[in-house]
Amino acid sequence: MSEAQIRNLEEIFEQRIARDEKIEPKDWMPEKYRQTHIRQISQHAHSEIVGMLPEGNWISRAPSLRRKVALLAKVQDEAGHGLYLYSACETLGISRNELYDQLHSGKAKYSSIFNYPTITWADIGAIGWLVDGAAIINQVPLCNTSYGPYARAMIRVCKEESFHQRQGYEIMMTLCKGTPEQKEMAQDALNRWWWPSMMMFGPTDDMSTHTEQSMKWKLKRKTNDELRQQFVDQTAPQADLLGITIPDPELEWNEEKGHYDFGEIDWDEFWQVVKGHGPCNKERLSARVNAWEEGEWVRDAAMAYAKKQQDKKLQNVG
Amino acid sequence: MEKNWPLWEVFVRSKNGLEHRHFGSLHAADAEMALENARDVYTRRNEGVSIWVVESKHITATNPENNGELFEPAQDKVYRHPTFYTLPDEVKHM
Ligand SMILES: [Fe+2]
Ligand SMILES: [Fe+2]
Repeated sequence: MSEAQIRNLEEIFEQRIARDEKIEPKDWMPEKYRQTHIRQISQHAHSEIVGMLPEGNWISRAPSLRRKVALLAKVQDEAGHGLYLYSACETLGISRNELYDQLHSGKAKYSSIFNYPTITWADIGAIGWLVDGAAIINQVPLCNTSYGPYARAMIRVCKEESFHQRQGYEIMMTLCKGTPEQKEMAQDALNRWWWPSMMMFGPTDDMSTHTEQSMKWKLKRKTNDELRQQFVDQTAPQADLLGITIPDPELEWNEEKGHYDFGEIDWDEFWQVVKGHGPCNKERLSARVNAWEEGEWVRDAAMAYAKKQQDKKLQNVG
Repeated sequence: MEKNWPLWEVFVRSKNGLEHRHFGSLHAADAEMALENARDVYTRRNEGVSIWVVESKHITATNPENNGELFEPAQDKVYRHPTFYTLPDEVKHM
């Protein structure tokens, strides 16, 4: 194809997206669109999978059977989210194994929030409330994104997220109505999860690089700062209701703007964790790699069994 | 021997009376495991009463590049639609 022909195809392609048409796997697409989508969808899938680890840590120690079945179901949902997203990503022509390799070799990123430890039961409450809450704000606009398989996966994901956030808030509520020690535990969890949750929306708009292109392709509909503001506005009253304090002395309702003002994020910490120096980066990645390597014999045995059954069938026919 | 689990497409009937609809895909060693995995991945909240799985490599699909010659001819065949035919208002229920 000549360069002029490609430019022409690209123009038609951008117009289709502008008209709100969806792009499906076998449609022609610019290479950059394919690569950007592989990167974003796979990062998203990896985040769902690694995200199971901090919460999985508490399944065996959940304080009641009710909490345990809820947490199990939530963690299972996250596995499901990872699987929907991996299969959406594979429609772009990359194999599942390549995707796993990218995660396990450290080449691919996942959301930094999962590199923080879950040291008390209240952390499970705070994660559902804040981390799933922030994820929902990030994810809802993606239900309308331009790539069909991604949009369909996101619709399924978003339907399931609301229970995650509610079960988290209920845990927080119970702790806040409990003994002073329990309430203290809830406050401590909020103290530790607040800023990392604020970082989930990514760098500020003036620092963020590919916003314009992402807007065009509907990978983004609002900017990082707009989404972060939405999160603060929705979460601050929920903290008040719990009777605990968001660890930001500058947090204050601004009557004029109709929004909360809030303090500056520690971007050094953000970049440290992104670069691999968070409290649990090594632990998370090695848990993933171990699970994959130690599962190898199971995967091989399943394939050997399938092959044997297939051969038997053929023999009976012959 | 091929070591990686092949890809399967999953179709789910959400309730009797409705057709099976494509839900997504997954990896499994064989058809039986594909059904078991599909149950866990795609029907955790009563989304289905019946599942079909088919190995992705067995699906033959049209190429979007040929959409013009395949699907455009239907666009100008207005006589295939009831509104093409003019009838007096007195004719009811037709
Ligand atoms: Fe999720
Ligand atoms: Fe979730």
